[in-house]
Amino acid sequence: MSLDHLRSLEASSIHVLREVAAECARPVMLYSIGKDSSVLLRLAQKAFYPGPIPFPLLHVDTSYKFREMIAYRDQVAASLGVRLIVHTNHDALQQGVQPFAVGTQRCCGLLKTRALLDALAAGPFDAAIGGARRDEERSRAKERVFSVRDRHGQWDPKRQRPEPWGAANTRLGAGESLRVFPLSDWTELDVWRYIEAEGIPVVPLYFAREREVIVRGDALIVIEQPFVPLRAGERTQRVCCRMRSLGCSPCTGAIRSTASSVSAIIAELQAARSSERQLRLIDHDEDGSMEQKKREGYF
Amino acid sequence: MPDLLRLCTAGHVDDGKSTLIGRLLYDTRSVPDDQLAAVRRASERHADGIDLSLLTDGLRAEREQGITIDVAYRYFSTARRTFILADTPGHEQYTRNMATAASTADVLLLLADARHGVRDQTRHHARIARRMGVSAFVLAVNKMDLVGFDEAPFRQIAASFAELLPDAQRIAIPVSARLGDNVATPSTRMPWFTGATLLEVMESIHVETAAATAPFRMAVQLVVRPAPDFRGYAGQITSGVVRPGDRVTVWPAGREARVARIVTADGDRAEAQAPMSVTLTLFEDLDIGRGDVLASTPMHSDPRFAATLVWMDEQPAVPGRPYLLKAGTGRVLAEIDRSLALNEVADAGVTVARRVAYDSYADSRHTGSFILIDPATQFTVAAGMVNHPIQGDASATSRMAVAERLTRVAREAHTDTQAVEAVCRVLEEVL
Repeated sequence: MSLDHLRSLEASSIHVLREVAAECARPVMLYSIGKDSSVLLRLAQKAFYPGPIPFPLLHVDTSYKFREMIAYRDQVAASLGVRLIVHTNHDALQQGVQPFAVGTQRCCGLLKTRALLDALAAGPFDAAIGGARRDEERSRAKERVFSVRDRHGQWDPKRQRPEPWGAANTRLGAGESLRVFPLSDWTELDVWRYIEAEGIPVVPLYFAREREVIVRGDALIVIEQPFVPLRAGERTQRVCCRMRSLGCSPCTGAIRSTASSVSAIIAELQAARSSERQLRLIDHDEDGSMEQKKREGYF
Repeated sequence: MPDLLRLCTAGHVDDGKSTLIGRLLYDTRSVPDDQLAAVRRASERHADGIDLSLLTDGLRAEREQGITIDVAYRYFSTARRTFILADTPGHEQYTRNMATAASTADVLLLLADARHGVRDQTRHHARIARRMGVSAFVLAVNKMDLVGFDEAPFRQIAASFAELLPDAQRIAIPVSARLGDNVATPSTRMPWFTGATLLEVMESIHVETAAATAPFRMAVQLVVRPAPDFRGYAGQITSGVVRPGDRVTVWPAGREARVARIVTADGDRAEAQAPMSVTLTLFEDLDIGRGDVLASTPMHSDPRFAATLVWMDEQPAVPGRPYLLKAGTGRVLAEIDRSLALNEVADAGVTVARRVAYDSYADSRHTGSFILIDPATQFTVAAGMVNHPIQGDASATSRMAVAERLTRVAREAHTDTQAVEAVCRVLEEVL
């Protein structure tokens, strides 16, 4: 894989972002603070240069994200001068929703899916751009670049529009909205190589250092929320680790790693034998669970 | 030689396509351990160990029904190449998905069961892929273990494959996806076959990439105007090379201009080529907007042209009904002159309501292609490839039947209210 491959991925993604800006009335870019969002943000800066990014950013904040993520988010928004909308389902939080109280499926449903749909309706936004990639998960492998959601924000995999030659059909029926995935053809390795080539800053959680964690099977749970229960015989210990994928702190495990720089992460990935979302507990709560969440409106 | 190869698959549901893709991913060590473990657990109902097809079928309905419904994109690489593989459904019901995958593919990977030969459906898909510009075809004759690794059935199938695609680059390989023979490792059970394994072929097959040597084309996506003294045209170069000072023509207007700057966020460039996304400024102050194409050689803009359509909607095509045609970044009202049913591939005459710039598909997959959108459902109903323009008196030929009807009913009405009602009735009827 050469830099040329990265540059052609970059060119295609910029093409997609420009199509959204040209054809959609009220687009918004989902900003989840992770590495893919960081790449997406850089691509948006490039796509409209020398003009500004012509849409706001939206962060759906569950309140259970890692504290480092939030600090990084606010710093990025301020330095780029973009409008950042933060949306939280406060009603659900007041009712005490958290993953151990209501289960991960219901927690995701309320704090992520419901919150996202509410935020899009409040915009109102007709197109939400996100950093999801087809190589992440097998139902995402079937996702279009320009993907239609019905009036309830739901995905119907059997009514997907064909995209011959990558042609963008951004037309919408009443109540429908679009999800747009400019990074569809990127792999995790492409993302890190681009971060390296472009010198894009990322949340320090991606880099290995000693952290206080609970060791639970393959997953290392970084303790940030007081409600994460210690099981019998468990205690926290200091382990050199890093996050491979960023989500909510109670539901995202760290991996043992000594990769403390972007180039070390790339080397680690080339040797890796497990998948990126392995330690995202919400992907595995049942067979086909990402597909089910997407059908319900999860990004 | 490109370091990226785009492949697309074709084969009947029972030919073992998902297993072959699973085998390729497995043998190139592209399957993460945790996914492999999940597949091992799910394979317990299968008598013979791991079911590799479970690695690829992504939707729950696919796993339940044991078939592939939609195109799935797989990304993997070896030391020699990066692959994007579009795994497409073999069933006739999903021909549209196969055509979509073929539209951007360099190579079609076909599958045949050694006991049955190349099935009609696979032949059909091979012809569609050929029509969509795929020039190289690799046939994997699978399930060789079920014919005792015998040479005769393989030779027979390979010969009929040659007849199917007489003018294309073709390679046939006997494999067993289940056991791995000749997929990534040479088979010891077929000493009569001395050719390369499937993976070696994929790593070394040469495909023509004309994008960089073809004439310059860039469809304008956006006009970038952040300040009064800057007016840039943003777009992705689909073919050729551009340099400051180059003369370009703006189509379909046919006006000439000279490139002043190639602007990117990484600084101005002395040269840009396909497939880069750039912003161009021109010395001349012209009225250029989204949908216009900047080109170094003449393009067609006759409002009538002959095209091959792949119909992708359950509702058949209706002649004389208005569709939205999207070619590059331009969108225009269009009509076609014949009916087509779902998954039908046929030649049709297309008329657009005003001039748009296009090439023939043989000259460019990008500027020679278009999609049709049904304005009633907003669904993408057809993939189109331009064969040639139909010249004639533009004023006579470009007039669209529905526009004429609307004009007539409006003119015949006695009051404005009656005219609105009459126009609405016609619109309801055609949509």
